[in-house]
Amino acid sequence: MVTKDKIWELLTQVFDPEVPVLNIIDLGIVRSVELNENNCKVTITPTYSGCPAMKTIEEDIQKLFKEHEIEIEIESTLSPAWTTDWISENGRNKLREYGIAPPENEVDKSVLFAEATVVPCPLCKSKNTKMVSLFGSTACKAHYQCNECLEPFDYFKCLR
Amino acid sequence: MNKQEAILEYTLRIADDSLILGHRVSEWCGHGPILEEDIALTNIALDLIGQATNFFDYAAKVQDQGKTCDDLAFLRLEREYKNVLLVEQKNGHFGDTIARQFFFDVFRKSYFEALSKSADKDLAGIAEKSLKETQYHLKHSSEWIIRLGDGTQESHDKIQESVNHLWKFTNELFFMDQVDELLIKENIAVDLESLKSSWNSYVNEIFQQATLTIPTNGWQQAGGRKGLHSEHMGYALAELQYMQRAYPNMQW
Repeated sequence: MVTKDKIWELLTQVFDPEVPVLNIIDLGIVRSVELNENNCKVTITPTYSGCPAMKTIEEDIQKLFKEHEIEIEIESTLSPAWTTDWISENGRNKLREYGIAPPENEVDKSVLFAEATVVPCPLCKSKNTKMVSLFGSTACKAHYQCNECLEPFDYFKCLR
Repeated sequence: MNKQEAILEYTLRIADDSLILGHRVSEWCGHGPILEEDIALTNIALDLIGQATNFFDYAAKVQDQGKTCDDLAFLRLEREYKNVLLVEQKNGHFGDTIARQFFFDVFRKSYFEALSKSADKDLAGIAEKSLKETQYHLKHSSEWIIRLGDGTQESHDKIQESVNHLWKFTNELFFMDQVDELLIKENIAVDLESLKSSWNSYVNEIFQQATLTIPTNGWQQAGGRKGLHSEHMGYALAELQYMQRAYPNMQW
């Protein structure tokens, strides 16, 4: 008999194709799991509207559950809108180890030319870093560089 | 026009604004003035096309004729697109693109704030999602307006010229007709009249910092919301639709 716990556990085996160290539970995009006698429904939400990883993630979930002979239905919801606050502590640690700085508390975006958020270098931990561009390799990241060890790195920007 | 038809038309207008501007901005891919800007512009294009996808998905659901998001995006004729003229204008130089984006972003931010309170839960949900991305877009375009306007003599003159050229398309952002009237009564649509003063004051504030002047020529051009487009639209659609027209139903 399939249990809800089993489904949540299986979902930790599905990873974000663009940040392969994060599973979709760490990322906070699984919003709910509903289970009744003849049906199981998993509700997920996209990080960004145009996130190209969503389709792959849905396919990966379907494939995994098929292997376990569990029939599920995937529903996508937009509201409440995803925020980086939903990335788990575990997820933040994994990001750091992988070389991506996790989201910090950011200043109000309406302040123009505000001092860039201080983001510690994931490699040498120095806080002496600079923002190169607010837009990085994917929609969810900004591009930073460390002034100490000179390492260029991705910063998972705060979305609220 | 009944409520369902009005919601369809209303949703297509928002979707078309996002799609056509997203397409235009995506044309910068590989042509940005610096690598970081190339990446920034393509990210913004991706957000816009993502938003368009969400609005088209909803439009297809409302229409209920078995059409998909892709059918609506790729297989309509020019006059069936209801985007404002501003978004179909050519990219021109970087300043032209930034001025176009700035006018649009200022509008979109307050529009999505208001639409996220809509009585239509689907539209409200997409607006709530899109708003977070639009805040980044607005910051990006506002800072560039100031950098270029208050930069060198050459950058100042160029961006002022872009502003002068595009100003005549800004009033159409606030276009309303019976579609809006019907849906405002249902608390679904946003009363665009109420967004005008905040749009004006934000643009004024940024222009002051950028040492730019607001054009005094008040003549305005409109037509997009009725499907009457400028000559640039056909060329944009030709490229946007080419694959589906040449190879119907082809899949990536």
